Amino acid sequence: MKFTLSWLKDHLDTKASLNDIVLALTAIGLEVENVEDRGAMYAPFKTAKVVSAEKHPNADRLKVLMVDTDGSGKLTQVVCGAPNARAGMTGVFAPEGSYIPGLDTVLKKGVIRSVESCGMMVSEREMKLSDEHTGIIDLPDSTPVGVPMAQLFGLDDPVIEINLTPNRADCAGIRGIARDLAAKGLGTLKPLDATAVPAKFDTPIKVKIDCPEACPQFLGRLIKGVKNGPSPEWLQKRLKAIGLRPISTLVDITNYFTISLNRPLHVFDADKLKGNIVVRKAKDGESLDALNDKTYTLDASMTAVCDDSGVLGLGGIIGGNSTGCSDATQNVYIECAYFSPLHTALTGRKLQIHSDARYRFERGIDPAFLADGMELATKMVQELCGGEAGSVVNAGAEAAWKRTVAFDPARTEKLAGIHLSHQEQHHVLVTLGFTCDSHVIPWKVVPPSWRPDIEGSADLVEEITRIHGFDSIQPVSVTRDGTLTGVLSGDLKRRQDTRRVLAARGLKEAVTWSFMQSGQALPFESVAMNDNKRTELTLTNPISSEMDRMRPSILPNLLQAAQRNADKGFANAALFEIGPVFNGTSPDEQFFMAAGIRHLAMGDKHWSGAEASRAVSAYDAKADALAALEACGMPASKVQITNDAPAYYHPGRSATLRQGPVVLGWFGELHPSALEALDVKGPACGFEVFLARVPAPKKTGTAKPLLKPSPFQPVSRDFAFIVDAGVNADTIMKAASAAAKDLIERVDVFDVYAGKGIEAGKKSVAIAVILQPRDKTLTDAEIDGIGQSIVKAVGDKTGATLRA
Amino acid sequence: MSQVIQLKSELEQRINAANDLDSLEKIRVDALGKKGAITALMQNLGAMQPEERKAFGAQVNELKDNVTRLLEDRFKTLKAGAITARLKAEQQDMTLPVTPQAKGKIHPISQTVDEMIAIFADMGFTVAEGPDIEDDFHNFTALNFPEAHPARAMHDTFYLPDATEGKDKKRLLRTHTSPVQIRTMMSQKPPIRIIIPGRTYRSDYDMTHTPMFHQLEGLVIDKSTHMGHLKGCLIDFCKTFFGVNELPTRFRPSFFPFTEPSAEMDIGCDRSGGGLKIGAGKDWLEILGCGMVHPNVLKNCGIDPDVYQGFAFGMGIERVAMLKYGIPDLRTFFEGDTRWLDHYGFDALERPNLATGL
Repeated sequence: MKFTLSWLKDHLDTKASLNDIVLALTAIGLEVENVEDRGAMYAPFKTAKVVSAEKHPNADRLKVLMVDTDGSGKLTQVVCGAPNARAGMTGVFAPEGSYIPGLDTVLKKGVIRSVESCGMMVSEREMKLSDEHTGIIDLPDSTPVGVPMAQLFGLDDPVIEINLTPNRADCAGIRGIARDLAAKGLGTLKPLDATAVPAKFDTPIKVKIDCPEACPQFLGRLIKGVKNGPSPEWLQKRLKAIGLRPISTLVDITNYFTISLNRPLHVFDADKLKGNIVVRKAKDGESLDALNDKTYTLDASMTAVCDDSGVLGLGGIIGGNSTGCSDATQNVYIECAYFSPLHTALTGRKLQIHSDARYRFERGIDPAFLADGMELATKMVQELCGGEAGSVVNAGAEAAWKRTVAFDPARTEKLAGIHLSHQEQHHVLVTLGFTCDSHVIPWKVVPPSWRPDIEGSADLVEEITRIHGFDSIQPVSVTRDGTLTGVLSGDLKRRQDTRRVLAARGLKEAVTWSFMQSGQALPFESVAMNDNKRTELTLTNPISSEMDRMRPSILPNLLQAAQRNADKGFANAALFEIGPVFNGTSPDEQFFMAAGIRHLAMGDKHWSGAEASRAVSAYDAKADALAALEACGMPASKVQITNDAPAYYHPGRSATLRQGPVVLGWFGELHPSALEALDVKGPACGFEVFLARVPAPKKTGTAKPLLKPSPFQPVSRDFAFIVDAGVNADTIMKAASAAAKDLIERVDVFDVYAGKGIEAGKKSVAIAVILQPRDKTLTDAEIDGIGQSIVKAVGDKTGATLRA
Repeated sequence: MSQVIQLKSELEQRINAANDLDSLEKIRVDALGKKGAITALMQNLGAMQPEERKAFGAQVNELKDNVTRLLEDRFKTLKAGAITARLKAEQQDMTLPVTPQAKGKIHPISQTVDEMIAIFADMGFTVAEGPDIEDDFHNFTALNFPEAHPARAMHDTFYLPDATEGKDKKRLLRTHTSPVQIRTMMSQKPPIRIIIPGRTYRSDYDMTHTPMFHQLEGLVIDKSTHMGHLKGCLIDFCKTFFGVNELPTRFRPSFFPFTEPSAEMDIGCDRSGGGLKIGAGKDWLEILGCGMVHPNVLKNCGIDPDVYQGFAFGMGIERVAMLKYGIPDLRTFFEGDTRWLDHYGFDALERPNLATGL
């Protein structure tokens, strides 16, 4: 919402400075976005008379001017290159040190070809008035010297722009803003003279309302014998200052009322109307050739203002071309109506029409200001266009707006934490236009007709405190009582811990979109989905087709990010993300996962050996995944590994991490086809972990179980087994562990070999078994005995034989 | 007698000539070993007369001591030489670069959220969360957004197809974290003191908007919390978060459908140097929206607004992270650019903690 200071002062009698007004506006909730104080910008520039203009001694195209800048007779020397510079002319002088807006520079004293130049005579372009730059500004000879340029050009009226919140319908008109400022104590609201203009004849065009819920009241009035044409300069200047284009007097008057009084009007060329006016719901398929030169197809939900010829305009939104006023208009029919906010908003949204009228009607204009608005409009039309006014035709009745709010003034202190006397509270409400019966508590408060936003006592507390000022509310610190426990849910704590663990493992945390391209999502669905489910997860209004589907997995976004890095020359990205994935739209189908990828190689080639730059492998992803699970309290040794990861993983180099039937996650190399579908060049490995599926720890309290270190030395024994190539190391390790559960501390695999010396289809797996004696040192015979049971157990389970 | 002298000089010569520990050891064996020359002399003693034995014995013992000492000295010299030689041979180029260790990083959004949690936890807040895909009821209706009200248009909402059943069929991506307020108030009795971090979505993509961003919301409901507490809580938060004790703050009346009264909070800043400095200065910077929870919202959640009241606030996490850490471009948060993550990200061990400062 934009307005000028002088326009505000039409409604507000004030001595406050611009700065005070601006500060007050922001303080009462009408946040000032911008103040364009052109008067201040143009303050240094005043009219000046060129007393003499001689040719520059050292330059053909330059002249040396002697300029009278203030009428004192004291002359200033200026070097000027303008062809129109001449003795006797009056122009605009820019002194040294002034900021020249058109050049974006501060003017310095100069010496041009050995002649001193103290300031300059400026062109319109240099003053940012227009693009005119063929010569300096040439004013009529009668113009006195020393007149501020802003005053001369009508630029001394600062333009204030406020960021209007949607609740403040009343401040969509300058008068509402003035009323708020008056309540704040910045002056008094000037009265409006809405004395009725006597009717010279009976307005013959009658109005009928068929849809009172959408249009409760409609006033019409014919004014005969008007003369339309360009509006007066003062009106044009005001409209232009706030960014509106002057069209013709009649149209400019409607815009003036919209901005000034928040009272949108419509003017019909009465000679183009056919029969009477009917306000009704449009018929499906009816169309409107609107004033914005677009044609709209209407439906039965829309409020149409019609005559016998059909739809003339959309109530509260936009008028039509067929009955618009032109310079030739002689008889004008003024519409001053109330259209309901809901209907206006729905129609406006459906047709995507953004008009000044819609903006106001959908927020709610003053339903009690129709008759006065009509009289004021009539007066202004007659003042500017002449003509004779007919009677006011009234259809419908004033939309109901009166309601009483019960208000206990003690509520202000309870809610806002500020003590204000009853008197002060009462005063604020009354100056804002509320009627306030304060004889008994609760007070009976009736909000004014222009404040549809006031509903209950909390609104009144806001009115009182915002006018009084939020600054005077004393801050009170919020402190906790008791201990600091249970701040984070278990799930959130896990995510925080996992995040730190993964970063400590060298992965960088990325945050990528929760959505992705629907086509690319398909291969990454880890649960069975049908098309219904997919549609459910596809945005109906995506910002682009690359972001139209809620992601079923985090991996694609990370892989594509890795590829983007590689494309820029930064290969080997190792990224992770902890974020949501979506299997459906209900809350339990959205869950957090930790996912990570390693792309291409572990690092760049390095003198220390091949390990530094080896290709990423499924085992890297496995280590990442297990670290994530351990961060959630799941010991890696308790995680089971099964060979059934989703199809976007390499079938032979991936696995599911589980605890019994519960899938904890997956890891592995990515399937080459899955990478190809994302335009990612492999190799790449990745993992996904369901953090919330790790069972919660059973123990409570903070104490750890007692450490009982054995006093006896551990013993290590190595075994090399020959097994079928398909036997999992896990099976061998578990069988070995089970052979002497109480004594075997750990089993490590330290060699896996197949090839020369080993029968085809077989492999050698060498394990180290660490025995931890508990209550006595083991004898050689006992150790041998355990060794034999390990060999037997592994043999029984896997058919392994000891390697010769 | 001359035998001893000769042996002495012979051994002395050999010891001095020994160039390595092995030859020295051989000399020791030759002299003092079981079959060594000195040992042999000692063995001869038994056959001698007592007088002769005494004199000869003294000579041989002296010889033995001398030779032992010479051997030890020479051993020390040779050993030192050998170690020096070995170390010399083992010399490496210590300027060679070390094996690079991949550096992980924490994203600034996570770090900022952790910082905020640390501050609000100390004020007695706990953390609540809710789903990203919401329904119209939780995201708008329950929060007192009237149907078709222009306030709804302030949120450019992403929609999903309507659900086939259920009372809240209209599915959307939450436009703010406020629906979690509703979920919490409907499932939990006051007093409530929560913060809600999370992803939010609006259909807007330009220099200063991304279709996904993060918010942190706060909610306090009890019988006595008023606007003074709202101000105190947020002023304390901003001072701690930005680490500026003398931080000017300002609360301006504003409008949100779910609060009444509503306010926006500004903090002081200085733009005079071209950059932006949080703290005392001539300018104000909008930092968050807040207000007293609207009675209708309480009612919608089954809480009696005549008994309970409280405040709510919400801020953009990226926005405050950008201000605090001088990150210039919002869009870069979501690109996964490793250089950006390295530069603006945080070390894994840098866990925000009030004691160590934020």
